[in-house]
Amino acid sequence: MFKVIFSRLLQSLVVLWLLYTITFFMLRMLPGSPLTREKAMPEHIAKKMTNYYGLDKPVSEQYVIQLGNFLKGDPGYSFRLEGKPVNDIISQAFPVSLQMGVIAMAIAISIGIPAGCIAAARKNGLIDNGAMAVAMLGICLPSFVSGPILAEWLGRDKQLLPAHGWDSLAPSTWLLPAFTLGLAYAAYLSRLSRAGMLDMLSQDFVRTARAKGVPGWKIIIRHCLRGGLIPSVAYIGPAFAGIISGSLVIETVFQVPGLGRHFIKSIETRDYPVLLGVTMLYGALVILANFLTDVVSIWMNPRLKAKS
Amino acid sequence: MIRHALFLIPALLCLTGCQRETQVDKANREKILLVGNSADPKSLDPHLVTGVIEHNVIRALLEGLVADDAKSDTEYPPGAATSWEHNENYTEWTFHLRPDGKWSDGAPLTSADFIFAYNRLLHPDLAGPYAEMLYFIKNAEAFNKGEITDFSQVGVSAPDDYTLKVTMREPVPFLLGMTRHYTWFPVPRHVILKHGKMTDRFTPWCDPGNFVGNGAFILKEWAINDHIETVKNPLFWDADHVKLNGVRFIPVENFFTETRGFLAGQLHTTYQLPPLLVDKVKSEHPEFLRQEPYVATDFVRINTTRKELSDRRVRMALSKAIDRKQLCDHLLQGNIPCGTISPPMGDYNPDQIVSFDPEGAKALLAEAGYPEGRGFPRFKVLISSSGTRSTVEALQAMWKQTLGVLVDVQPKDWGAYITAQQTLDYDIAIGAWTGDYLDPSTFLLMWTKGNGNNNTGWSNEEYERLLSEAAQQGDPTQRLALFKKAERLFIEDQPILPISYRGRNYLLRPEVKGWHPLLLDNHPWHTISLEPSN
Repeated sequence: MFKVIFSRLLQSLVVLWLLYTITFFMLRMLPGSPLTREKAMPEHIAKKMTNYYGLDKPVSEQYVIQLGNFLKGDPGYSFRLEGKPVNDIISQAFPVSLQMGVIAMAIAISIGIPAGCIAAARKNGLIDNGAMAVAMLGICLPSFVSGPILAEWLGRDKQLLPAHGWDSLAPSTWLLPAFTLGLAYAAYLSRLSRAGMLDMLSQDFVRTARAKGVPGWKIIIRHCLRGGLIPSVAYIGPAFAGIISGSLVIETVFQVPGLGRHFIKSIETRDYPVLLGVTMLYGALVILANFLTDVVSIWMNPRLKAKS
Repeated sequence: MIRHALFLIPALLCLTGCQRETQVDKANREKILLVGNSADPKSLDPHLVTGVIEHNVIRALLEGLVADDAKSDTEYPPGAATSWEHNENYTEWTFHLRPDGKWSDGAPLTSADFIFAYNRLLHPDLAGPYAEMLYFIKNAEAFNKGEITDFSQVGVSAPDDYTLKVTMREPVPFLLGMTRHYTWFPVPRHVILKHGKMTDRFTPWCDPGNFVGNGAFILKEWAINDHIETVKNPLFWDADHVKLNGVRFIPVENFFTETRGFLAGQLHTTYQLPPLLVDKVKSEHPEFLRQEPYVATDFVRINTTRKELSDRRVRMALSKAIDRKQLCDHLLQGNIPCGTISPPMGDYNPDQIVSFDPEGAKALLAEAGYPEGRGFPRFKVLISSSGTRSTVEALQAMWKQTLGVLVDVQPKDWGAYITAQQTLDYDIAIGAWTGDYLDPSTFLLMWTKGNGNNNTGWSNEEYERLLSEAAQQGDPTQRLALFKKAERLFIEDQPILPISYRGRNYLLRPEVKGWHPLLLDNHPWHTISLEPSN
């Protein structure tokens, strides 16, 4: 097991280095620069600023300097929010995205998995067809449609919840964005868990248990749940990494100060340091989530445990 | 079990969520103005920024020599200065600062702070992006470009702690208006030097807790992408008359989200109402809608270095084929059709030179060698945001219908859109310009040869001669007449096709008092009050 962990760690470092390098050079290939302004600066000022920020150095030299600083934990300063350290920007935005992601995932799991299990238990019945129709709707309905509808209805019309904004200490501000974000994941999870459960319910040991007179709910919870949720767990890991690293649509529709808006804004404004910082965080989270998924899958699936 | 769980949902909503009081109600009680400000400022250092969003926040925290007037763009109430005088041809100005003027930490505000501010912004080592706003000062440009290194040669001096003398390079009758721009504001010398050298860019002097200003409000908190909180400055010279306890700036980038938040009781005013919602709000909530003129112009920029577009007749034909009224009636609600670049301002009333004339357009295009558009290449129209797409689609239809000319839409992200124009790597582009102060020079100087904002490849010696003559003219009436002549020459050549004077569509709650239409939209925060009716 430790050998597996060590080998995965080494692979992860290589992946992160490649991610940094590819992102760094691709950014430099985009037209424009962080100093591009709508109101153009006089040439001598632009030259001075290019020099000030070290953008006049060869790209390879910039790469070596910035990678060195990055490894020391200093990804630099933002261009868009002049003089704000990237670490400060991420440390303000990431907790918000994390909080919203955790709540959204909790909503997704608590709706999606029970719905999938119940649907599997009542295969081809009214509940199954109804739940799966709703799930399909949830998958097909993008959050830029469901978000504004919910915000219009509960926020503007009924004034039950704030239509926009986020306050870490005010649950009323969490509900709309987290629910909208969790909705699509819940729909997908319900379909995955239904498929997993149906697979388990068709196994021989289930038939044996039924023949022995074990109650239906006990078969599902005691005998099928662990195996039936393996596909869902494999999905939850990477999805969780995505969900906590920010969602541009949700953050824009509900004015949530998370990482997603920094990600997109930094691309638009060629804010190299912020974009690299956010990309690396996202990359690290995906790697971590995949790793944890593998560990949990091994724990849940005895066949994989034997192989590892 | 499930039934119990279902009960829990509304209970949870009510316990945690149901809003007994809207955010506006709470803010009214606390006298905090909630302002939609579109985006986070790039910085709060007035020497590092160039935009309107920054101006909205900075003018709450700092005050210039002259204050903004609540009702008029051309009234100049005293600010950091109590009085001023100038010589006959507006080249020598003397400002008398108020002796009781203080920074928010209690330090006295003196003329040395102004001199320090101008020295800092003009210093080549700072590379302030908007230093050119001070180029009207004698030798300022030379100092900024490093041609002279002794700041005492620049035309600003302080005969004593409370007198500031400014010598201009040319007559500047509109200086009072300019001093209301943040590039002319003082900065706290003692605070900046505490956190680093004068020309350091990355010092934390602008962070909450460090920022010291002379404005009506103090910076309390800046949560990125969330809000900027300011509170009343008790040491502001007119603090007794400031009715608000604070202003909160909320950077809602999506204007649909912002409008929804406003209607849900989360903002006192919005930055912009999307044109698509104007009719809806007009019918459902007319009490909130404000449509006011603004000192900005929308236009189509032409790359005159393209062979076919270098012909003035072609450009004029494209311009005459645009039905500006249709555009303003259906797509750019609140805007006013225009036939030139400068909006009317103060005593300046430019001629409307070009207008919709389909027959004239057809004749001009035929004269240029493209009857009914035959043989005319298929150019691309560059746009940056989805908001302008409908305008371009309307232009596509108008040009096709009237001239038989086909164009494609070329969307690019913001950085690529700006770069393409600055490198003349485009055919036709949607553009706009917002004035920084109320003088036609803010709209006309940018079209000179080599100016970084020209981006059309167009230049004209006679045009530049007229501008230069206007700059030297001490008589304000003569000066404006020369600008008018230059503007006519520019528009008759059509390197840009004017579309409309931009109107500002936004929402404002009725309890906000002391808020009046202003061309520059610089509503003085310290004169605004919140008076909710019961």
